[in-house]
Amino acid sequence: MLKKLIASVREYKKDTLLSPFFVTMEVLLEVTVPMIMADLIDRGVEVGNMDHIVRRGILLVALALCSLLFGVLAARASARASAGFAKNLRLDLFHNIQNFSFSNLDRLSASSLITRLTTDVTNVQQAFMMFIRMGARSPAMFLFAMIMAFRINSRLALVYIGVVPFLAGGLAWIMFRSYPIFERVFKTYDNLNLVVQENLRGIRVVKSFVREDHEVEKFSDISNALYRFFVKADRYMAGTMPLMQASTYACMLLISWLGANMIIAGDMTTGQLMSMITYTMQILMSLMMLSMVLVMISISRAAASRIVEVLDEVPTITGPADGVTEVADGSIRFQNVLFSYTGDASSPCMFDTDLSIASGETIGIIGGTGSGKTSLVQLIPRLYDVTKGAVLVGGRDVREYDLTVLRDSVAIVLQRNTLFTGTIAENLRWGNADASDSELEWAAGLAQADEFIDRLELGYDSHIEQGGTNVSGGQRQRLCLARALLKRPKILILDDATSAVDTATEAEIREALRREMPGTTKLIIAQRISSIRDADRIIVLDDGRIDGTGTHDELLATNAIYREVFESQTKGGDFDVNG
Amino acid sequence: MSMGRGGGRHNPAAQGRIRMDKESLRTLRRVFAHIGDGYLGRLVLAMGCIVVSALVSVASALFLRVLIDEHIVPILLAGSRDLSGLASAIGAMGLLYIGGVASSFLYQQMMVSISHGVLRDIRNRMFFSMQRLPLRYFDTHATGELMSRYTNDADAMRQMLSQSIPHVFSSLLTIVFVLTAMLSLSALLTLVVFAVVAVMFFVTARIGGKSANYFSKRQKVLGDLNGYVEEMIDGQKVIQVFSRESAVRADFEDRNEQLFEHTDLANRYGIVLMPIMGNLGNIQYVLIAVFGGMLAMNPSFSLTLGGLASFLTLSKNFTNPVSQISQQINSVVMALAGARRVFRLIDEEPEEDLGHARLVKTDGQGDCRENAARSGACWAWETTGENGETRLVPLAGDIRLQGVNFAYETDKPVLHDVDLFAKPGQKIAFVGATGAGKTTITNLINRFYDVQQGRILYDGIPVQDIRKPDLRRSLGMVLQDTTLFTGTIMENIRYGRLEATDEEVIEAAKLANAHGFITRLPDGYQTVISGTESELSQGQRQLLSIARCAVADPPVMILDEATSSIDTRTERLIQEGMDRLMEGRTVFVIAHRLSTVQNAQAILVLEGGRIIERGDHDDLIAQRGKYYQLYTGMRSV
Repeated sequence: MLKKLIASVREYKKDTLLSPFFVTMEVLLEVTVPMIMADLIDRGVEVGNMDHIVRRGILLVALALCSLLFGVLAARASARASAGFAKNLRLDLFHNIQNFSFSNLDRLSASSLITRLTTDVTNVQQAFMMFIRMGARSPAMFLFAMIMAFRINSRLALVYIGVVPFLAGGLAWIMFRSYPIFERVFKTYDNLNLVVQENLRGIRVVKSFVREDHEVEKFSDISNALYRFFVKADRYMAGTMPLMQASTYACMLLISWLGANMIIAGDMTTGQLMSMITYTMQILMSLMMLSMVLVMISISRAAASRIVEVLDEVPTITGPADGVTEVADGSIRFQNVLFSYTGDASSPCMFDTDLSIASGETIGIIGGTGSGKTSLVQLIPRLYDVTKGAVLVGGRDVREYDLTVLRDSVAIVLQRNTLFTGTIAENLRWGNADASDSELEWAAGLAQADEFIDRLELGYDSHIEQGGTNVSGGQRQRLCLARALLKRPKILILDDATSAVDTATEAEIREALRREMPGTTKLIIAQRISSIRDADRIIVLDDGRIDGTGTHDELLATNAIYREVFESQTKGGDFDVNG
Repeated sequence: MSMGRGGGRHNPAAQGRIRMDKESLRTLRRVFAHIGDGYLGRLVLAMGCIVVSALVSVASALFLRVLIDEHIVPILLAGSRDLSGLASAIGAMGLLYIGGVASSFLYQQMMVSISHGVLRDIRNRMFFSMQRLPLRYFDTHATGELMSRYTNDADAMRQMLSQSIPHVFSSLLTIVFVLTAMLSLSALLTLVVFAVVAVMFFVTARIGGKSANYFSKRQKVLGDLNGYVEEMIDGQKVIQVFSRESAVRADFEDRNEQLFEHTDLANRYGIVLMPIMGNLGNIQYVLIAVFGGMLAMNPSFSLTLGGLASFLTLSKNFTNPVSQISQQINSVVMALAGARRVFRLIDEEPEEDLGHARLVKTDGQGDCRENAARSGACWAWETTGENGETRLVPLAGDIRLQGVNFAYETDKPVLHDVDLFAKPGQKIAFVGATGAGKTTITNLINRFYDVQQGRILYDGIPVQDIRKPDLRRSLGMVLQDTTLFTGTIMENIRYGRLEATDEEVIEAAKLANAHGFITRLPDGYQTVISGTESELSQGQRQLLSIARCAVADPPVMILDEATSSIDTRTERLIQEGMDRLMEGRTVFVIAHRLSTVQNAQAILVLEGGRIIERGDHDDLIAQRGKYYQLYTGMRSV
């Protein structure tokens, strides 16, 4: 895991290594100060040697200035290293996600990918910075201060052998006891947020069933549980400071008593006693810092492993190195296609499908949920790869084409479609970045979107909000259609793409497509028979198999499923007047 | 959108200057009022402990002087080996230390229970208030923004209570105590300390100001990048369909580079303060040692070696709290901005309910044939007449709208002069384009919103006179956008009537045609579903929401028929379920199906907030108006 993360350090390797180096230098100088100070007091102050005081004083100021310099250098290096590391990490994540196929995206859902790219990266970045600064600082401080203390008076320094394990053990105990409770705290936090979120979304349901009190009770139960866990965990954590103080005070007393005895016996000087007290503080502080670093790193471990999971994900679909760059025509062939979303041939959702579609044909596809309509058409632009068999476009296996070329020739309007922040024109130009204004108008006209765009004050420059939430469902679908038409594709696939468009407008769209794009192969998936009844051929899918093929009249005569759907729609059928 | 992303989009630091103003002080007072409300004793105890612990730390520094001047030096001078005085001094100090550690322990424990307790109270109060807000509030506030009050804002408040405020308090105390002790040792050396502290203030102001500035810029850029990532990843499949990967990548790279530059600057200025402060502290230490050494050599300054040792330790204790205070005050101010948002939510005006009529169970008094036939229970409205006498009106389900006008925003009227009536057991269908006002009418009947002109009568009683809980209990709703809650299927259906038995729940599921698919799930009715993700299909969720309504068994129903993306078979199950649910009830239905409109007693065609046609199916077909157009428009294709 660590190796994978470290790979993102790259050009910031120098800063990453310099940061602990500078920190160590800073600490080294910091630790020499008390030692020289002892000398200043013993050989200067106590004996009244002014000259010595001034010389040592200058040396000490020089040391402090050097230490300051190293401190500033370390800060710069670590700021740059951690910001750079986070930048590369985000970049690596984002790049890998751009290469993901649909099945990669299905496995790691969009919302979890977003969390990894935002919150998780921020957490790991903080831990990284902590590691290259504090991770170097506290052990170095501990080590150097220990060495100094032993050099000054090794007998007195034996005090630490008693106190340091006491403090370290206490801190470890606190971490060990509180960590599992903190995990429960985080979990309860998630539950609390979930309740709030569900209430915000479902407030109409809550209010219409008069369940406000019920929800308040549900919330306070979780809120109280959160309180209990949090208090329990924090009670342990709140022991850190007193523990630290107890250790410091214990050292102070022991050193005072033993030190005084040694001074009296002539084994030690007053200056040395003072510097021992300073070293005590440095040693104990470094232990506390170390425990903080450990907590921080263990908290960010979960975030790190989530990030690595995305970095490790291998894109399941990549285009061939020198793919075919020309799609001959809009003909499609399915040869013994077997398909499973999991890639496991034993539980496929499409069986042995054979199908030939001529260039320029209009095909309607109908069938219940889970019958494989969407799966069938998504194989054509290689959004998924077949598990067995082959799909041919323009007479060639789709896997031979350059991916961009294939997808530019095959336009698919997805069921769950979306627009992006920007103007209508910018959104439409996703289909063709170089499209002229008149081309935009042409495509919007075909999709019957021009009438409402023209009514907007800013027309094609009107702003679309994230996800296209400021236009109605029907308008959004028409914009998505226009965007796809701008590709001037050889094959056009509409996956339930006009479900929110009213029936009269839908008929006009079909008529316009027939008139303006006669050479384009069109595949139309629909729930309503009225949307596909005048197609050249209609395919009825059931449970991953083709149940019947033919024109509307033929199927009505020969296909039971088709007849059933038709009857239900004309007798008790759809009266959809959304627009 | 899933929560827990946070990502700094609502981070208070991103929202401008950090300054303690009147508004912040008022909020701070209110926070303290909350602490005083139930935690006063603990707070006083904690404050007392802080005083003790600060005193002990000063005493500890002063002890060095006693140790050196009063014990070590005299013993050395006297050449005696009598250590009993020293032993008792150390013993006394030991006792003081024990007191110090104990009070520090107590104060930490108190702060834990105060901060979490206050936060729990505030959190519960916030949710309680939120539940009582009118629907308008939810329609006009973004979910993410409200969520962040429970996450970011509440968390900042907790940190302020548990850390920043006690820190500021103890730092102030320490400064006062240490200053007094230092002055008592040497006024001249204290001047040296002041000089260094002045430099520290200068540096903190310069660098700290820059750092805050860069930090808030960085938060903004981070928020923008996170927003961009969110949008792109949500639309990742579309990006691939249009082969836009490289364009998006380049765009991301630009924004990422920008974030890097801002983070680098913000961090650099943020971190650099630490070594600067630390080393300025060291320089101060050296200066004191040098000057102090000179003073100690000259007896006229009455500074002893022990005094110098104590002073050196005190000076360290002085600079730390000084740099602490400025940092902590920053975070207090930021937390107060969050607290203000939290209090604003708590103070929000709750949904108004001046109704007095209540729904009561009667035992055959009055005429209750209508509803008794269906559920066996007999309900009536209990209202108070003008002369004060109580009167029972049987719950029948008769609803009338008279001259209703309504606008969500004052200058954009949505309904114009709507008149309609539904007699008990009748089915009223609304037909019309999106935005014609269908949903608005249903929003007015259950008083999610209140009419601005005209009135709505329910069994002859103006709806404003009915208590909202009772009104809504008598109305069932099945919405197109089905909301379920995390929990078992059983619990989700029972949401309609909490006291329903398991049998009644299953009965309702059967009526709604949901029983079949539920029993096919591995855990049946005990299957846990989550409210936000979808283990169930849209159609199955719809079936559950029908069952939920069926278990409530209301006399009046408001239905929004589902439209797209449900396959024909499930749709038929839903239709059957809905049809059974509608039987014998007054129903307002936003209709999408031919069969629904065909057997409706009245079809209201809405356009631009007006009822433009009304009548039954045959009437409207004969009128050859809009309805005819819509109807034949469908047929002609």
